[in-house]
Amino acid sequence: MELLSGADMLIRSLQDEGIEYIYGYPGGAALHIYDALFRQDKVKHILVRHEQAAVHMADGYARATGKPGTVLVTSGPGATNTITGIATAFMDSIPMVILCGQVASTLIGEDAFQETDMIGVSRPVVKHNLSVRHPDEIPEVVKKAYYIAATGRPGPVVIDIPKDMTTPNERYEYQYPKKMKLRSYNPAIRGHAGQIKKAVDMMVAAKRPIIYAGGGVVLGKASEQLIELAHMLGFPVTNTLMGIGGFPASDKQSIGWLGMHGTYESNMAMHHSDLILCVGARFDDRVTNATEKFCPGARIVHIDIDPASISKTINADVPIVGPVDSVLKEMIGLVRENSVKPDEEALIAWWKQIDEWRAFHGMRYEKSDTYIKPQEVIEAVWRLTNGDAYVTSDVGQHQMFAAQYYKFDKPNRWINSGGLGTMGFGLPAAMGIKLNFPEHEVVCVTGEGSIQMNIQELSTCKQYNLPVKIVNLNNQALGMVKQWQDMNYESRHSQSYMDSLPDFVKLAEAYGHVGIRIDKKEDLEPMLKKAFAMKDKLVFLDIYVDPHEHVYPMQVARGSMKDMWLSKTERV
Amino acid sequence: MRRIISVLLENEPGALSRVVGLFSQRNYNIETLTVAPTEDETLSRLTVTTSGSDKVIEQITKQLNKLIEVVKLVDLTEGAHIERELMLIKLKATGSQRAEIKRTVDVFRGQIVDVTTSVYTVQLAGNSDKLDAFIQAVGTAGVLEVVRSGVSGIARGEKVLSL
Repeated sequence: MELLSGADMLIRSLQDEGIEYIYGYPGGAALHIYDALFRQDKVKHILVRHEQAAVHMADGYARATGKPGTVLVTSGPGATNTITGIATAFMDSIPMVILCGQVASTLIGEDAFQETDMIGVSRPVVKHNLSVRHPDEIPEVVKKAYYIAATGRPGPVVIDIPKDMTTPNERYEYQYPKKMKLRSYNPAIRGHAGQIKKAVDMMVAAKRPIIYAGGGVVLGKASEQLIELAHMLGFPVTNTLMGIGGFPASDKQSIGWLGMHGTYESNMAMHHSDLILCVGARFDDRVTNATEKFCPGARIVHIDIDPASISKTINADVPIVGPVDSVLKEMIGLVRENSVKPDEEALIAWWKQIDEWRAFHGMRYEKSDTYIKPQEVIEAVWRLTNGDAYVTSDVGQHQMFAAQYYKFDKPNRWINSGGLGTMGFGLPAAMGIKLNFPEHEVVCVTGEGSIQMNIQELSTCKQYNLPVKIVNLNNQALGMVKQWQDMNYESRHSQSYMDSLPDFVKLAEAYGHVGIRIDKKEDLEPMLKKAFAMKDKLVFLDIYVDPHEHVYPMQVARGSMKDMWLSKTERV
Repeated sequence: MRRIISVLLENEPGALSRVVGLFSQRNYNIETLTVAPTEDETLSRLTVTTSGSDKVIEQITKQLNKLIEVVKLVDLTEGAHIERELMLIKLKATGSQRAEIKRTVDVFRGQIVDVTTSVYTVQLAGNSDKLDAFIQAVGTAGVLEVVRSGVSGIARGEKVLSL
């Protein structure tokens, strides 16, 4: 058997795991590992400018491909800088492995230089974390980390590697485990047949059914099954913010996404439904609004791989623990065989009602002669990219506009920080995607607040030639904060104004990219076209949009799902 | 309602802190906690007493089960079970108090395990209520120090929590 040092074993393990790119930043405790990286060329390392961005890059890659991303950082500040990225991935169940250097095991606990208890610091925001206690454990620890990260409900896994575990001149036998089995970790591989049968019986008997599909459909690669089942049943489908693309927006059974800024018809249909089939979603507070007023007449079927997500906030009448794709497949089989078909007459009446809601207030905004509307920017980007780009976003109004007005027909295309709501996510996530899909259009929709949280990565884009398109909806304010202040704090704009903004065009140019400022309505479409024609350039589009615009619909705080503001003056 | 949750845990560094962290992170309540290795040295047995609505208890057991190092768990309060807590208590014991304390210890089936001219150290095992009752019986004024182990529990009958 081959003899390798701990550092070489670590890199070899990554090779054997099939890892092509890792994202990171070197430092003292990780130097043996960086040296091992230097002496091979299979695993390529992308050097970021801040460790948080490395995690978001790995995250963007993972969201677009479904495969775990990999991060390498040093101890202390290198490790703590990853925490926001790890928490972002944790909240959205994104598979990822974060390799952290650590001071030598003999120094742990002595407040050594760049020492941080990363196992302790990361514990609340990881699926699991592992510490290397002997160099010969490394292959097994790496295998275990990827296995845990990618199976069941996915999530980030941290490996803490003390420097003396990677010493170059201490060699051990290397063998990468082929399989991993843990007696204490057995994710469900299929749903309970009896429960699935019970659910299908309830579904075909429903008069006002709705399918509420979440990020689990995207993560669980169950989009095809969802489409097939929905078409067989004829039920309306609403997606969560994380589930966007899991069901095609252009499908006639799609009624848009739901929740705080969801469509009027989705929220109305949820509230008035008599049966909710929840597929891989978790009844988040941004969906349910006040839980005690949630969908009073609905019985709930809840499919999720994570039993803890079931009946956490909203009680499920029929819980089904299992992978969404296999459960949906079994449902499809049962519906096909079932002698009882969905109640066609009831469904016609239900769709008539939904169409009336849609006609009353579909997704719409008021046009302006003077201002560029943020919504029309998104519509133009959608048109010019043929609705087929990877779109990442940061967090705030621009995120909601992008999700509302870019119509996604495929899963894994809409990439945003839904659970944690991390500003600064969009650009590095876009970079991670562009690196792995160089031929594909990758657009980062952002705002002048969010983009400044990781703007240093424009430098990384230059180094690795990552020609993403940055669409900066510049309203010269922290728009969502300002909107809440307008609505709830009598327009007292406490700290929501971005004073002294940089000249983004010059800034982009300083980093070696192209910057374009758009502040006239008539320039919007031609300039966007020009930008998208520059295939090999990163273009930073600084677009001055209506600074007074709000995101609507917006659910009324502490109301039910049907209580919404539809504009600044209309409340239903 | 008070619950006793018994957990088989991988006997690894950091496993206990994950359990404790989960409780504080999700705002659950720990009343007592005991942990020690089992006859299988790769496993620890942890007993936690907590309280909450049925919904909260359901979440606690689900979230505990999600921890990678939790191998198995059982809510002992769902069935017939035996619970015990050990208490060591130091009592002021002079003059006529000495005989009185001795009698009370006998009634509670405890043992005096250390004696000085002015102090008795008493060992007492039982469920938590019994230990509370003993403290009440001897009167808090005479209590110098109390150490309680927290609750350990096991199911009655054939039922076992093992791999």
